[in-house]
Amino acid sequence: MENLIAARLQMAISLGFHMVFAALGIGMPLLMLVAEGLGLRTKKAVYLDLAHKWAKATGILFAIGAVSGTALSFELGLLWPPFMKLAGPLIGPAFALEGYAFFIEAIFLGLYLYGWKRLKPTAHWLCGIPVAVSGAMSGVLVMSANSWMQDPTGFDLVNGQATNIDPVKALINPSWAVLAVHLTLASYMATAFMVAGVYAWGLLKGRRDTYHKVGLALAMILGTITAVAQPISGDAAARLVAQTQPVKLAAMESQFKTEKGAPLRIGGIPDINNETVPFSLEIPYGLSFLATHDPNAEIQGLDAVPRTDWPVVGLVHISFQVMVGSGLAILLFALIYWFVRWRKREHGKWILRALVLSGVLGVAALEAGWIVTEVGRQPWIIYNVMRTADAVTPAPGVWYTFAGFIGLYIVLAVTLVWLLLRLATGRPVDDEDQKTSASGGKEVGGVAVA
Amino acid sequence: MSLSLSTLAAGLALLALTAYTVLAGADFGGGVWDFFARGPRANAQRRAISDAMGPVWESNHVWLIFLLVILFTAFPIAFSALSEAFFIPFHLLLLGIILRGAAFVFRAHGSEEVGPQRVWARAFGSASVITPVLLGMCLGAVSAGEIKVAAGGTVQVNYFTAWLTPLSWACGALALALFAYLAAVYLTLETEGDLREDFRRRTLVSGGVVVAISVLLIPLLVWQAPRLAENLLSLRALPVLALGVVFALLSLWAVLNRRFAVARVTAVAEVVMLLWGWALAQWPYLIYPDLTIDASAAPDATLGFLLATAPVGALLLIPSLWLLFTVFKGHNPEAADLNGKA
Ligand code: HDD
Ligand code: HEM
Ligand code: HEM
Repeated sequence: MENLIAARLQMAISLGFHMVFAALGIGMPLLMLVAEGLGLRTKKAVYLDLAHKWAKATGILFAIGAVSGTALSFELGLLWPPFMKLAGPLIGPAFALEGYAFFIEAIFLGLYLYGWKRLKPTAHWLCGIPVAVSGAMSGVLVMSANSWMQDPTGFDLVNGQATNIDPVKALINPSWAVLAVHLTLASYMATAFMVAGVYAWGLLKGRRDTYHKVGLALAMILGTITAVAQPISGDAAARLVAQTQPVKLAAMESQFKTEKGAPLRIGGIPDINNETVPFSLEIPYGLSFLATHDPNAEIQGLDAVPRTDWPVVGLVHISFQVMVGSGLAILLFALIYWFVRWRKREHGKWILRALVLSGVLGVAALEAGWIVTEVGRQPWIIYNVMRTADAVTPAPGVWYTFAGFIGLYIVLAVTLVWLLLRLATGRPVDDEDQKTSASGGKEVGGVAVA
Repeated sequence: MSLSLSTLAAGLALLALTAYTVLAGADFGGGVWDFFARGPRANAQRRAISDAMGPVWESNHVWLIFLLVILFTAFPIAFSALSEAFFIPFHLLLLGIILRGAAFVFRAHGSEEVGPQRVWARAFGSASVITPVLLGMCLGAVSAGEIKVAAGGTVQVNYFTAWLTPLSWACGALALALFAYLAAVYLTLETEGDLREDFRRRTLVSGGVVVAISVLLIPLLVWQAPRLAENLLSLRALPVLALGVVFALLSLWAVLNRRFAVARVTAVAEVVMLLWGWALAQWPYLIYPDLTIDASAAPDATLGFLLATAPVGALLLIPSLWLLFTVFKGHNPEAADLNGKA
């Protein structure tokens, strides 16, 4: 018990930390590619300035993504040895393929970041393509491992041992496709609005130059496309959960009783003792309709399983509201942004503020979505196969390592924010910058020049 | 020895370990020389190190991830047992890996360094020193039989002392010295003039330390890991180790005579032979004395998947790595420039 809570918390903060950088590692290369490509085509300096700046930021962010990802690879074993003993041969293949994606990403990112002068412009741009593709592939492949935990296939369980293993079936598990699409869109979306938020902030601070406007517009194009697609993909994800993990769905929606024609509850704070959801807005038949597309369908409630098998209902319910609420708010702001541009082509203060907020909401949605997925799966580490409590390490001292990791991640986050703020203080690429890129863009770390 | 799937998978793991040692090992070694940068050219040394590492360290680092992935995919029982037994040193190792990587991108050089970057510059060197020691210590403890795994898979180990034996310390020191040696040899090829002389001197010092620790290791092995010692001296491993010693002497000779390109090849060969000699002596165990490669292997279906996809991965990787290393490591037109900056 001691270890269990600490291990869950350590895993959660490590994953939550990594996820931000993973999303940026998926989204930033695409933005860089677009900006550099436009720069090469139009010969406009502003695009190349943006590409340079984004490349510098990506250089730092990628390194933090890589080390925090390394931590996760170790932690799977350090915190959950029995889980890895069972799951290793089943989810390992996804990670093995991901390994090749990591290689390609790291190799071509090295070429991209340090090759501005050594490679011809077109060759340099081409090096960005494998970075963007393998970044997205990393996310898609790791999702296979996670969706297998939600919906395990490809083996028979005999006396607690996995036999008859079919790694291909485990890799291509039935939940994978839907969740991979949702995750990939989420990563692009969160990145796009973080970037948009930074440039909106700059515009708010009075730097109303082309550099900021173009930076904002590029991010908003990617952001809007993904923000429109995300609710559609989220709807598919929700129907998948209804099918594969009814308890999770019941927790997301605070559906305490099994009933036909279940209502959709928006907001509210679930009270698990009285099995009510005070302060929520109920839309009759809403849940039955959304989950199955039939307003009278029966929805299994939490009452179908003993209370000891419930996840933390309040956390799952509220996180789900945060994700969906953020997604819809961002979509609204994005549509207003384009409407304003279309009407009078000058950004008002309020829409810029809303876009800064969107930068935060995107990350909030990303993290909240993972809380829904992971906490909603509890008490199972592998749904209906292995309990989290049976998977934790017997080694002593998990509270210490947990405390250590929190401290470490706080220090990393503070330094990183400080550095990125210096990097983003607005000016595009100044003389100093030109000098460093003339020496082959060596100064990834030396952002003091900004 | 028949070539079963599990042996092939173990070979793949050894390949990843070898690549990690030869490539990422030198990046850690670079950090060691950053830590020990002294004299009038200290800043120039640091810059040369960071220029050499910059474009490649992240792809070099992926070899470690790849090794871990092979371990938990193909040898899940061994991976779980190791993770449990090395709960403490693996966490410390992670701390080192995270601090080193973060520090590399956070810090700056010389006058450009402001505020917290000064602290990160120190962290880079220290983390680069500590991490190789921990790697070596873990490897030492695995071979010496400090981890017992009962039939049901229960791990019996002293979490605090298993990795703190004299033998482990010596293995840690050897890893540190070898990494530093590799880095210094590589750096002689990426610098010129006085700076190159600095690294040449460092090569000779660390090469001497490698020899000294290796000699010290022999009695320790006999004392604490008799089975390993016996196997190292058996016909299975001895020829490979002997070849390693020849390469070691050759590379020292090459450095003395300023044949730096020869030194690089022979230094790499030396490290490869040492690792392979160790692996042959360790065979057929992954974790001596309870877990053999065969007994801890995943089902054939998984091993088959791993091995069947490896050539496809190699087809992607080899040309990419070739491109990376020719662009940044082939002929280095900026070496002169670097010394100019000094
Ligand atoms: C920018 C981030 C973002 C946004 C705006 C949304 N999501 Fe999401 N969602 C995620 C980011 C995310 C995520 C963090 O990426 C998750 C966690 C696991 C996964 O595959 O995606 C996720 C999971 C997730 C799940 C759980 C899947 C499972 O547990 O198996 C459901 C049901 C939804 N989402 C539904 C939605 C709906 C209906 C949205 C309507 C707007 C929505 N999401 C917007
Ligand atoms: C990066 C995005 C992710 C985030 C933010 C995230 C979040 C979380 C959280 C909050 C928990 C704790 C749940 C609880 O104990 O109540 C958790 C547990 C866990 N997650 Fe994830 N998760 C992510 C992706 C993944 C992926 C891709 C895997 C695939 C291997 C994974 C494997 C695990 C494991 C093994 C646990 C511990 C066991 C458990 O609590 O069930 N996670 N994660
Ligand atoms: C679903 C959540 C996750 C996504 C979308 C994701 C995606 C990514 C991406 C895009 C990168 C590239 C580096 C970067 O951009 O900073 C990365 C790095 C990494 N991730 Fe994750 N990851 C996730 C969860 C995990 C988990 C659960 C593990 C381990 C068990 C993991 C292990 C790693 C490792 C080892 C790296 C470093 C690779 C390198 O050195 O290049 N990731 N991840």
